Amino acid sequence: MSTLPIFADEEWRLPSRGRVAMLSLIVGESAIFTIFVVAYIYYIGRSTYGPTPRILEVPIFNTICLLSSSLTILLAEHAIKLGRMRTFGLWWAITILLGLEFIGGTAIEWHKMIFVDGLSIRTNLFGTTFYSLVGLHATHVVIGLIGLSLIMLFTLLGRVEQRHAERIQVFSLYWHFVDAVWVVVFTVVYIVGR
Amino acid sequence: MADQTYPIPGSFDATPSRGAAMLEWLHSWVVTVDHKKLGILYILYALVFLLVAGAEAMAIRIQLAVPHNHFLSPELYNEFLTMHGTTMVFLVGMTIIFGFGNYLVPLMIGARDMAFPRLNAFSFWMTAFGGLLLYYSFIGGFGLYGMGNAPDVTWWAYAPLTAKAFTPGHNTDYWALALIVMGFGTLGAAINTLATAFSMRCRGMTLLRMPLFVWLMVVTSGLTLITITPLTAAQVMLILDRYLGAHFFDAQAGGAPIVWMHFFWIFGHPEVYVLILPAFGIASEIIPVFSRKAIFGYPAMVAASVGIAFVSTTVWAHHMFTVGMTSVSNTFFVLSTMMVGVPTSIKIFNWIATMWGGKIRFTTPMLFCIAFVFQFLCAGLTGIMLSIAPWDWQLHNSYFVIAHFHYTLTGSFVFCMFAALYYWYPKMTGRMLSEKLGKWHFWLFLIGFHVTFDTMHFLGILGMPRSIYTYEPDRGWTTLNSIVSAGAFIQAIAVLILAWNLISSYLHGEKAGNDPWDAWTLEWATPSPPPAYNFAEDQVVRSRRPLWDLKHPNDPDWKYER
Repeated sequence: MSTLPIFADEEWRLPSRGRVAMLSLIVGESAIFTIFVVAYIYYIGRSTYGPTPRILEVPIFNTICLLSSSLTILLAEHAIKLGRMRTFGLWWAITILLGLEFIGGTAIEWHKMIFVDGLSIRTNLFGTTFYSLVGLHATHVVIGLIGLSLIMLFTLLGRVEQRHAERIQVFSLYWHFVDAVWVVVFTVVYIVGR
Repeated sequence: MADQTYPIPGSFDATPSRGAAMLEWLHSWVVTVDHKKLGILYILYALVFLLVAGAEAMAIRIQLAVPHNHFLSPELYNEFLTMHGTTMVFLVGMTIIFGFGNYLVPLMIGARDMAFPRLNAFSFWMTAFGGLLLYYSFIGGFGLYGMGNAPDVTWWAYAPLTAKAFTPGHNTDYWALALIVMGFGTLGAAINTLATAFSMRCRGMTLLRMPLFVWLMVVTSGLTLITITPLTAAQVMLILDRYLGAHFFDAQAGGAPIVWMHFFWIFGHPEVYVLILPAFGIASEIIPVFSRKAIFGYPAMVAASVGIAFVSTTVWAHHMFTVGMTSVSNTFFVLSTMMVGVPTSIKIFNWIATMWGGKIRFTTPMLFCIAFVFQFLCAGLTGIMLSIAPWDWQLHNSYFVIAHFHYTLTGSFVFCMFAALYYWYPKMTGRMLSEKLGKWHFWLFLIGFHVTFDTMHFLGILGMPRSIYTYEPDRGWTTLNSIVSAGAFIQAIAVLILAWNLISSYLHGEKAGNDPWDAWTLEWATPSPPPAYNFAEDQVVRSRRPLWDLKHPNDPDWKYER
């Protein structure tokens, strides 16, 4: 610690409040996911009846889409920082499409599990933990998609400008988190638990 | 502007009627995003529920004062037991810490408001309506008999008692949903506090110059992020079990009720540190000012606080020694729990060292803080006793445990909150609280506290279990229970004196001025109550005691501080 007093011309820099807040939110969200992941792992193989994780098909294409959306949003962040608004809008739209593909893929997966395999949240412990953990993640994807679409709407209306680059970055942190959590969920549900 | 009048076309009277002015005033409190108003709202909300939960505690103590009593029905007793615990932890404890945090953190770091004022208002109203939702259960939670039915599964709500089969009706749902709603409010408040403390500091307010109260609010908010959320997750699971027929805690389908215990205490134990850490912060502000010395060992205090937060996340299963864990887990949780004693001892040592050789002024806030240090030490000692697994096997779920945690939550947390009220009330209202009534409040509450909770230790050792509705006269608990109940009445009188003091001093109290205590942190540099913008000019800080530097330009702190 410096013992010198601060003078008016000295530089005084503070972290961005948006970034601090979003990182705090991510820490809190991580704790929620941790609890659901722990519950999933604890209950692997404890179902007393009904379908088992054998019925799962590994959603490789979905995963590729969701993870590459992290890359496209990164390119969008880069574009808005440089003020290239058309490029930004393009990458942003691709991010939304990739997110929609993921959520659509989940819908198809769930439809098959519910109507072909007969697994619902009340069938057995596997159903309970699977739908709650994957559903929790899907909820976050949906919330992210709503946010992405709102920003897309404002971009199309021409309300998003280069000076909003930091806010876009703060929002993107959330999307990166949603993608990163999927890596954990994917590993636990489709690799460890199957 | 206010004293200018403009002629209005047409000839109606422009001065609003008394009723309209009143409505305007109320409206300004409902739509406010000012951190000071929201802080006061939080504190008032907490004080109202302190009276409510206190009344529930009194009913419980009347019921237990003599054996075979029928003051309450067994059903109502369970409801009061649950609601007392839930209210005190969530509606009083969590709200009052974020109340003081809201009010003081921006002022102490020289900011004009919280980082996100609208999120702040949102958080408060979520918390407020969560509390109302919880209390609506008294009239709306249809139970077995088709009448209002409050939650009655105790505040830890162990599975499988909470399953639909064992708790029909909606009272448990009110409990879970209200806490989920309040959980979101708390999460918002914690995020806001962190963003404020990190991103809104005035020039020169480095992290190691922040007042300790701000530091402790930072640590507490960080801990809140990772403790409230597991509770929310567990309650979502409970709701899924109850409404969608999921099997998380359903033993018949292979689920494990013990998982609820783990999840609840992963929240539950750090939660008491979430409550007590701001209390530490308050003591660390008040004790130096009334000892006329800078705090002893500031960096050690910061390190100990962060240390407590880390250790507190690894101790939860000491609530579960009687569950039958492996001896390895038992040993781990015994040792981690004992570890808590290290950073807390550093803190107690530093508070005493701050007082040592100081010129102590025995004002009401200081008295509460001195009592806090003593009682927190006692609470820590019984905590170490209970951390020893074989000892805990004997005393688990007895009144000894009740005595221990009321020593921490009443003897330490509530004492510090009272100290904070006396200390910062002049800043919030511009008027001093009456010292005479304050002394009465302090001594009566101190005596009542010790009569009640010291005696409870003996009841626990004599084998009285917690949460029981009544007991047989031949157990030898009768006299002690009557003493405990008598102490509760003394405390109730003391709290009513406080309530009277808060109201009467607001109307007739002595004017406070900017800095009635000759204190050193930035909140005392503005008028009392502070204007909406807090500080007319941006502050520049050069040490941990900016006002000391201003008052003693020849002997400023920054010359010596390292």
